[in-house]
Amino acid sequence: MVTPSRRRGAIAPAITVALSLVIAACSVASPSPSPSSPADSPGASQAAASGTVSPASTGGSDIDCLAGSITTSGSTALQPLVDKAAKDYVAACPEAAINVQGGGSGTGLTQVLQGAVEIGASDVTADSKLQPADASQLVDHVIARQGWIMVANPSVTGVTNLTTAQARDIWTGTVTNWKDVGGPDQPIVLIIRPASSGTRATFKQIVLGGANEATGQTLTEDSNGAVTTAVVQTPGSTSVIGFPYYQQNKDQLSGLQLDGIEATIDDLKNGTYKLQAFGHLYTKGQPTGLTKAFLDYLASPTVQDQTLPSLFFAAAGSD
Amino acid sequence: MLPSTGQALPGLHSALARPLSWTERLDLPRRITFAAAAAVVLLVGLLLGAITWNGIQLFVAGGVPVSQILTATWAPDPTSPPTNYGLLPFIFGTVGLMAVAALIATPLSIGLALFMSEIAPPWARRITQPAMEVFVGIPSVVWGWLGLTTLVPFLREYLSGLGFVVGFSWFAGGVVVSLMILPTITTIAYDSLVAIPADLRTGSLALATTRWQTIRHVLLPTAAAGLATAVVLGMMRAAGEALAVQMVIGNAPVIPTSLTRPMTTLTSQITLDMGNTVAGEPWNDALWTMGLVLLLISFGFVILVRLLGRRGSAR
Amino acid sequence: MTRTIVADRLATAALWAAGLAVVAVLAAIIAHFLLASIGTLSLSFLVSDPSTASLGGIGPLLWNSIYILVLTLLITVPLGVLGGIYMAEYAAENPLTQAIRFCQELISSVPSIVVGMFGLALFVGLTHWGYTALGGSLALTIFNLPLLSRLTEQAIRAVPADERSGSLALGATKWQTIRHVVLPLAIPGIVSGIILSGGRIFGEAAALLFTSGLATPSHYDFLDLDLTDPRSPWSPFHPATTLSVYVWNLNAEGLGHFVRQIADASSATLVLLVLVFDVAARGLGRLLQRRLMGA
Repeated sequence: MVTPSRRRGAIAPAITVALSLVIAACSVASPSPSPSSPADSPGASQAAASGTVSPASTGGSDIDCLAGSITTSGSTALQPLVDKAAKDYVAACPEAAINVQGGGSGTGLTQVLQGAVEIGASDVTADSKLQPADASQLVDHVIARQGWIMVANPSVTGVTNLTTAQARDIWTGTVTNWKDVGGPDQPIVLIIRPASSGTRATFKQIVLGGANEATGQTLTEDSNGAVTTAVVQTPGSTSVIGFPYYQQNKDQLSGLQLDGIEATIDDLKNGTYKLQAFGHLYTKGQPTGLTKAFLDYLASPTVQDQTLPSLFFAAAGSD
Repeated sequence: MLPSTGQALPGLHSALARPLSWTERLDLPRRITFAAAAAVVLLVGLLLGAITWNGIQLFVAGGVPVSQILTATWAPDPTSPPTNYGLLPFIFGTVGLMAVAALIATPLSIGLALFMSEIAPPWARRITQPAMEVFVGIPSVVWGWLGLTTLVPFLREYLSGLGFVVGFSWFAGGVVVSLMILPTITTIAYDSLVAIPADLRTGSLALATTRWQTIRHVLLPTAAAGLATAVVLGMMRAAGEALAVQMVIGNAPVIPTSLTRPMTTLTSQITLDMGNTVAGEPWNDALWTMGLVLLLISFGFVILVRLLGRRGSAR
Repeated sequence: MTRTIVADRLATAALWAAGLAVVAVLAAIIAHFLLASIGTLSLSFLVSDPSTASLGGIGPLLWNSIYILVLTLLITVPLGVLGGIYMAEYAAENPLTQAIRFCQELISSVPSIVVGMFGLALFVGLTHWGYTALGGSLALTIFNLPLLSRLTEQAIRAVPADERSGSLALGATKWQTIRHVVLPLAIPGIVSGIILSGGRIFGEAAALLFTSGLATPSHYDFLDLDLTDPRSPWSPFHPATTLSVYVWNLNAEGLGHFVRQIADASSATLVLLVLVFDVAARGLGRLLQRRLMGA
């Protein structure tokens, strides 16, 4: 016969489990949005408004369906594009599985070099990040032109533009309060990426002229997405994020002009907005099989003429 | 209370009823189980060897002087020279985080252990015991997510006047990790306390002391070595924690000027940089060196625990 | 009242406060996650495919967690139990045995992120497998095996010497004694050791980050039993993000507006599973004890 005392020890956790099952059952009763809702990618609603249609499951002549499983990793600035293209490809070709990871440009390059992934996405060229012997093993496939925009937390009122000189002062730590550039009396909080980030490398090269970022009042975040969240939440913060991330969160951030130039796709295409770079997908050696089919799809008119603009990228071979 | 041998006899009986087979005379069980035990040793040896070997490559193959790792500048990127592999911010971070977490957790843990062993009525013990088991089981990412979504915004919004400008801070890391090591310290401290022979307690009470006097003057000193062991093991766990820490301390690669500032630790930097360094290059070697430093810290703790154990039993 | 009595009352109050505070904190955490996931957590959430562009589910992630848990246990339980038997029954108290014990203690102190780094170099890089569930399991084996070995050893040592000597007195060999007397008695302890280490594996994330990967096929066809097909959920050769890693990755990538809800509901799922594990472990332990004790 089981004595009551032995049962008691399990009562507390058992009650909690029962309670949680009740709550879960109640949640089943309440409607939750289905996984295949129409707002599928950053800016897709924008695309619908402007009349551009992103390919749903056309599986048309642009897609060469192959079976298999590949993994991509790397640049988070390119991730929205690679992710959307992968989803469209898999929707048209159910025999394929394409896993998309982030991690930053440096991660993409090293992972593809070491054979952990089939495709490495990077905002910068392999030569600029890897040793020549390693970089020569990788094959470059340019798939887009991408732009970045400087953003700040909405608490930084009155600042809508930064000149290159001002940006340099802020990021190297010479200026530490927003009031010195026309904003409120608030300490500047820099949100930086790890040293391997392509976003950081591009910004450093183009705007900072190679100068090192300050390490005083800084936060390090792992990806474009995490940086976006951090800027939204932290008063006095500023950072640099890719266009798609800005467009998806416009109402919660202030976008800043660079040297008086607005950060738009048109200004990017005609070259007046200078914070831009090519998006590279690297493979180790020439691609074959599903990897090649996916890269071919990315170079196809469907992606270049429709998917890219809907996500605020410019085509690779544009003006 | 275990059954008498009578329970297990039926299987034994049939085994005894026949002569030994040639496989039984070969004593395979001894050889096979030895192989299994040896596999464990080989595995451990492999891991420790790999960490040590790769950890010294920074000095051996990279030509970096050993003293450089004690500098405070972390500039590992070869594309923006000069490079400097200073690990001091990370070492300071790990030790500092460990200290704050232990400071917060120890009084609470030992208090809870005393409560469970001396004061709690049986119904309370039946709640706290499973509570500790559940506490231990909560994954570290859940603690990190909890800290990120509740503690960090709280610090940022309500205590920014005290210096918590971004919320991510040494203090936030300390609080999150202290919750994680609480059950570790509590269970080991509890085991030490209940191991004290009952005579000591009854002897003390016979002298007409209060319960608190018994605790303070008899139990705590007697269990001191065990309690110290509990705290050291808790600190060891704190030093090894990676993901929860990385989510709440801000990851600024500098030595923090106060508890309210973001900082970094050895484990969180490894988490951030592990995927984007090429094996064989100095940056990657520096991460292995961080791993080696962590191993040496753990090694020191293991030895400390053994010394405390010896002191405790000598009493 | 005298000072000693006041001190005693104060101390008692303080210790009660400590006890209540800790239990209250735990209850608050469980309540927080359950409340935060009302509307998200549901049976369909537990089985749907993941998505960050919309409120996706955690089906494949949950499967990956279970799969890696089972795979790791399949590797470590036989080796760990056999190793524990050796250490408890056959090993003599010599320096070699002491070295083995020291190694076991040392490995339990190695941070899991360092084990992950080792796993990345060995099971992802050197073997050219890329990110795989098998690589993740092997990384977890590294620190689970010594743990299980030690727990088994403790469970076997807990069997009283009388049982062993009684059996040997009847003329049984050492192995017959182990197999028919010692092991059956040690099984409750061994099972609780397996469950304890299993709980730790389930929540593990640091060692899996770069061994089993950060992305996983978003849809599993459970009818695909072809083990060589990397898209099959039964194959160990594809990236297999677990639920714990998913929570971390949701925060690290920060994509989409649903991160908070998905992560809260995933955390709630993890906490609930810990509770279920705990209840199951206690229940199983009591069941085994009752059956073997005949009470």
